[in-house]
Amino acid sequence: MSNSERRMRTPLGRVRAHGASGEGTGHFIAQRVTSIALCILAPWFVVSAALSIGDASYLATIDWVSDPVNAVGVILLVAIGFYHMSIGMQEVIVDYITKPSTKMILLFLNAAFPLVLAVGAIFAVLLVNFGV
Amino acid sequence: MAGAPSPQDRPIAPHVSIWRWHVTMASSILHRVTGVGLYGAAICLAIWLIAAALGPEAYAIVDTILSAWYGQVAMYLVVAALAYHLANGIRHLVFDTGAGLVPADADTSAWFAILFAFAAPIGLWALLTFGG
Repeated sequence: MSNSERRMRTPLGRVRAHGASGEGTGHFIAQRVTSIALCILAPWFVVSAALSIGDASYLATIDWVSDPVNAVGVILLVAIGFYHMSIGMQEVIVDYITKPSTKMILLFLNAAFPLVLAVGAIFAVLLVNFGV
Repeated sequence: MAGAPSPQDRPIAPHVSIWRWHVTMASSILHRVTGVGLYGAAICLAIWLIAAALGPEAYAIVDTILSAWYGQVAMYLVVAALAYHLANGIRHLVFDTGAGLVPADADTSAWFAILFAFAAPIGLWALLTFGG
């Protein structure tokens, strides 16, 4: 980049396309919208599960998951909670990991792992309710 | 870039070590720490649901861990972390509206979030012991 070009370009023009991925605002809003849902879902799950499945037994757990309201609630908790935690961990990774290769690997794992686990957990809830 | 000072020559921001300790620093750090901890708790939630769907034999392994002393301690810590992250998350939602940012108010709400992290697991334990 020549000196004259640097003088002519505005500071905004120089930094454009050299920053983050451009998805920050969407993640910022999504993190807050999901947090509002989790304000209800997370305390509900803790209190409801603790009251109904105090002894952590198999039958009590199956009973609790088989209730339609609990099934819908826990599916929402997993779907919204895992999305929320994936965005949050992505923020932590880009803040602390500076080595590009490590950062890319961790960002990929952070995108893939919660998705796989969430689908597995949601399928498990459906299996308990509709399985053989 | 020719002419630009190298990173070593640039003035650096006052480092974290020279700041007087403040409760709002702790509340910010704790939000991240509990968030990362809850990432692990969410993975355990998914494993718990998948184990329930797999059947009594698979669930017995989870039951053993949950019933052991380390499982009980872990659940206490998860409830405390969730309570803190919830209270501080609501605090941040309030901050996003522009309210509560005066240092005295931010200190008070930070202390409230920390106290809630201690009160919530004890309250849940009391509810399970004396309420149900």
